[in-house]
Amino acid sequence: MANKFTYSRKFIFSPLLLVALVFSVAGSNAQAATPAEQLAGYTAQAGTPAQPAKGQQLFTTRHGKEWSCASCHTATPTVEGKHASTGKAIGPLAPAFNAERFTDTAKTEKWFRRNCNDVMGRECTPGEKADVLAWLLTLKR
Amino acid sequence: MTHSFCKSIVFAGWLAACAVTANADSASPVVTPLPVYKQECAACHLAYPPGMLPAASWQRLMGSLNKHYGTDASLDKVVTQDIAGWLKANAGTYKRVSEEPAQDRITKSAWFLRKHRDGEVPADVWKRASVGSPANCAACHTNAAQGSFNERDIKIPK
Repeated sequence: MANKFTYSRKFIFSPLLLVALVFSVAGSNAQAATPAEQLAGYTAQAGTPAQPAKGQQLFTTRHGKEWSCASCHTATPTVEGKHASTGKAIGPLAPAFNAERFTDTAKTEKWFRRNCNDVMGRECTPGEKADVLAWLLTLKR
Repeated sequence: MTHSFCKSIVFAGWLAACAVTANADSASPVVTPLPVYKQECAACHLAYPPGMLPAASWQRLMGSLNKHYGTDASLDKVVTQDIAGWLKANAGTYKRVSEEPAQDRITKSAWFLRKHRDGEVPADVWKRASVGSPANCAACHTNAAQGSFNERDIKIPK
């Protein structure tokens, strides 16, 4: 038999759960996602299929500034790279050669934001990110 | 009995102080790096010991991460505040770290320049590919990543 408590539980609990879920996802800094999932995300945002060849070109050319992506990551990032200024070793960027790469969307976004700014003087578009990631995923053992 | 007990306590205290400073450079204590400091800042370079710069220098650096010695090193607001707070709390207060060096660079501090002067470190060392720049402490200071700059551990690469 329904009473006033049954009603209020139903109407309070599920919205609360939904809100909690939203906050937990929105508030967390690390968000696990595979490289393929991240590529799908960028492709969807771009609205066009990713083009690995374009990604390779973007990665290995300079865009009006001192560095290209390859300046630190090497032209074929299946090997360790080196920071162009500090000399610090940088692990391979291609996911097939480094299991950590592109497994955390917040981390991916942070590095794209900063490094595209350094290389291109602006943010990379979702299409550019998709192209680069698609190319990196073609680099296999 | 009381006298020798006091002496043992003093001796034990002195031994402990030696243990704490054994790894350190003669003037600065070793501070365990804040995990997020190491994670974010050591991505590109050594997690420089906070005691190597005065608080004012750290404050300026943390307020201009998007223009960090030629690159964009910006972080989200919460992380920036966490790191900035820790750096301020652990900044150098010893006399030799009271100056704010040019461009807030550790490598332009008077103490750094004196310790690495030509008579100590030949000028050509800085040009070697294995070294790269004075900011690359770990090239010669083999325990720099552990916060130790003890002279015994120095190996200048070819």
